[in-house]
Amino acid sequence: MSASASIIKVDSISKSFGSFKVLDGLSMQVMPREKLALIGPSGSGKTTILRILMTLERIDGGHIQIDGEQLYHMERNGQLLPADERHLARMRQKTGMVFQLFNLFPHKSVIDNVTLAPMLTKGTPRAAAEKRAMELLDMVGMADKAKAMPAQLSGGQKQRVAIARALALQPKIMLFDEVTSALDPELVEEVLNVLWRLCAETDMTMLLVTHEMGFAHDFADRVLFFDRGRIVEEGKPDEIFRNPKQERTQGFLKKIIAAGHRV
Amino acid sequence: MTQWSGYFGLILQGALVTIELTLMGSVLALIMAFLAGLGRLSRFFALRALATAYIEFFRGTSIFVQLFFAYFVLPLLGLELTPLQAGVLALGLNVGAYAAEVVRGAVQSIGREQHEACIALNLGRWQGMRHVILPQAFLVMLPTFGNNAIELLKATSVVSLISLADLTFQAQVVRAQTGNTMVPFTTILVIYFILALLISWAVRSLERHMARGLDGVRV
Repeated sequence: MSASASIIKVDSISKSFGSFKVLDGLSMQVMPREKLALIGPSGSGKTTILRILMTLERIDGGHIQIDGEQLYHMERNGQLLPADERHLARMRQKTGMVFQLFNLFPHKSVIDNVTLAPMLTKGTPRAAAEKRAMELLDMVGMADKAKAMPAQLSGGQKQRVAIARALALQPKIMLFDEVTSALDPELVEEVLNVLWRLCAETDMTMLLVTHEMGFAHDFADRVLFFDRGRIVEEGKPDEIFRNPKQERTQGFLKKIIAAGHRV
Repeated sequence: MTQWSGYFGLILQGALVTIELTLMGSVLALIMAFLAGLGRLSRFFALRALATAYIEFFRGTSIFVQLFFAYFVLPLLGLELTPLQAGVLALGLNVGAYAAEVVRGAVQSIGREQHEACIALNLGRWQGMRHVILPQAFLVMLPTFGNNAIELLKATSVVSLISLADLTFQAQVVRAQTGNTMVPFTTILVIYFILALLISWAVRSLERHMARGLDGVRV
């Protein structure tokens, strides 16, 4: 794959929390429309890379390009300067994120959760924002709950609303951070079905941090195995899950299977 | 036999002044609370320092002295205030300093995940504060704001010392004119208590109204 065509280009970034090095010279590239699964033990840095791409964490070193533009740097007269808030706000338009714990706004109804950001950040008139929100809620199967408050919903329903909310800003890239980890097992399916639908009906680039190995296998074009802040192994789902080359990947998958996850 | 009805009229006039002071003082206190409370959370050092200085100064000096300063010293500096203006200023600034810490604490009590949702949805700092954080934080502030308002109501009695004719002032007038201490002071004791109950009730109703839907039961 050619470097110029990638939609996300991460170039030897590092990130530490105190003395703990979460990411250590990490590089990766993601192609437009690609569906990427990020797997690995907890603390391996896979969630951190999503949070960095969403600008929820800053990097200590390295460069990130999104859609051909620097994320944390601005080019001014041929020089790279640290990005200011305006630059970050512009870059954030390209990316949306769905969180493990949904992070819905509890004081706003389902539809208001979805319309808030388009109305505030894009100046979309209320009527247009609500029309679009209803289409999105319909897509995630939540149109009949548009007037409900988040506290009245199950975890799976909340997560589907959170997905609709992120989609309302029409991002090119969607980041899913363990979106089914906080759900009761019987609710996981309904959220994964929404992801399948997104995959079929949109051309977004999708990055998933997940422990649902079966889903990662079926869904992803490529799987990255993270350990200790580095990508230890990457490849097609079949290669990684059926025939992992690295010892650490093998050990991780063995543990996961022992814990009852289907691969 | 003392003509009590006339004296009760005086006391009711005093009650109106007390209510007026409480309402106007509360409005000023609320404004100061949000200005200073959000100022303490500002990115800018100068704003943080200004807010902190205000809070520490007005919490750290007596409301009595502040009132006398506003009424007797400010005129020497060229700022002449009526007793009502001086009372509202001193009470509002004093209680606002306490309430500012309530605002700051409530805003900080809103979880990090709400801030992160705001960033992920590309809301600006102020947009997130205005539409996401403050509406939730306000519910946390309300009970303590109720306490602050009652404190302010009770503190209004100090304005009688700058000859503003509030409840306490009128009770003293009645006492001086009738020689009876028990009746006027028992009366204003009851009136203060009723006013405080009204504040509690109003704040609780507002709280119930605003909490609607948040627990998934009441809609």
